[in-house]
Amino acid sequence: MTGLGATTPLGGDVASTWEALVAGRSGVHQLAHAWAQELPCRIAAELAVEPSEVLPRVRLRRLDRSEQIALVAAQQAWDDAGLSDDLDKERLGVVFGSGIGGALTLLAQDDILEESGARKVSPFTVPMLMPNGPAAVVGLEFGAQAGVHAPTSACATSAEAISWAADMIRAGRADVVVAGGAEAVIGGLPMAGFSSMKAMSTRNDDPEHASRPWDRDRDGFVMGEGSGALILERREHAEARGARIYAVVAGSGLTSDGYDIVQPDPECRGGGRAMRAAIKQAGIDPKDVGHVNAHATSTPVGDMAEVKGIKREVGDHVVLTATKSMTGHLLGGAGAVESIAAILAIVEGVIPPTINLENPDPALDLDVAANEARKVELNAALNTAFGFGGHNAALLFTKP
Amino acid sequence: MALSRDEIREGLSDILEEVAGVNPDDVADGKSFTDDLDVDSLAMVEVVVAAEEKFGVKIPDDEVANLKTVGDAVSYIEKG
Repeated sequence: MTGLGATTPLGGDVASTWEALVAGRSGVHQLAHAWAQELPCRIAAELAVEPSEVLPRVRLRRLDRSEQIALVAAQQAWDDAGLSDDLDKERLGVVFGSGIGGALTLLAQDDILEESGARKVSPFTVPMLMPNGPAAVVGLEFGAQAGVHAPTSACATSAEAISWAADMIRAGRADVVVAGGAEAVIGGLPMAGFSSMKAMSTRNDDPEHASRPWDRDRDGFVMGEGSGALILERREHAEARGARIYAVVAGSGLTSDGYDIVQPDPECRGGGRAMRAAIKQAGIDPKDVGHVNAHATSTPVGDMAEVKGIKREVGDHVVLTATKSMTGHLLGGAGAVESIAAILAIVEGVIPPTINLENPDPALDLDVAANEARKVELNAALNTAFGFGGHNAALLFTKP
Repeated sequence: MALSRDEIREGLSDILEEVAGVNPDDVADGKSFTDDLDVDSLAMVEVVVAAEEKFGVKIPDDEVANLKTVGDAVSYIEKG
């Protein structure tokens, strides 16, 4: 792992996002948009820096918001890794996902179709709404020719992307892979859909305290938008060019629940198997995993099921955190941004806090970095991500 | 009142800048949309739809293929 990039509700890059995470700042606000005012959930974590502040105007016109932020994050990661254009592009891959894709483009163009007819529909509609759009845009930007892949597994998407990227390198198909995910669907229909499932918080009058994983008074997740990108690079390739190595993807696990389309398995069996697989592949003792950046979305059932899985597979020594308490739930972008947080926790020796954990759920019997960042020397950290559809991903990062 | 060629070219130039980021200084009758101004086929669709709206003309799809240069488009719009 030689490069990191992100644009999130907490900052327009990794440094500002990390600073806000460690400081325990919430990115959740009330939505001022007219379309939001009649929704059951009128709060969300919108981007701190609009893509229009970073990308040229004509570029923006032809990209869905999810593609715009994928590009922003990927470019940062690319620059951070110090990669140059003379890289062998046939050995460069991309694995970049989105949970939902260009839903806002689809809806906007459908409005144009209804109001003005087919001829007014943008010729860029299809490349903007396709769920592989972020991957394709990132691939084109860097000229990747080893394969451009777009896993789609709801909220596990970008963690799954990192796992696939590591596999691509292990299988010898690429030397460098740009991995990550992006999601930008803060809009009426997606929010109404999640609200109808009763999955979203309705703490509309108190947005900064709405995302409260493991707290007794949690009442659902808060939607966020954002993108995270990571450069995975074959060790010899990185060492040969003297690149800084943040951490190693020592293991990953991908499993499926076979349980329910949206309900988490209350015993976290599938999630637990993913954690076990990641730890096994890394060949380390579970006791050496010092930290888990948990999926914990602030929903009543999911948060506690995951705790059971972590306790069973990793142990009761581990320090948890849920950075969604600050970023909201970035859906397809969550796994990548949270992996970056887990990696920086190893690099910096600091675990960002879980804010709003005022009255822990009585069943929470693991140590959480509650409300204040925790200084801890870490050799290995795990990131978990679970998605609607019963997708489970676990990534184990270790010191280089 | 009919627009002059200069007025049409200026209007077209505004559209090209808006939808395709073309520098207005580069817009001249002899310039090819694809070769000189980097307006690809998808961008051309947007240019045509915007031009129809702005100048109140119809530009059928089979006509678009004949509009290779800015001058071709200006002449077509001029004829109405």
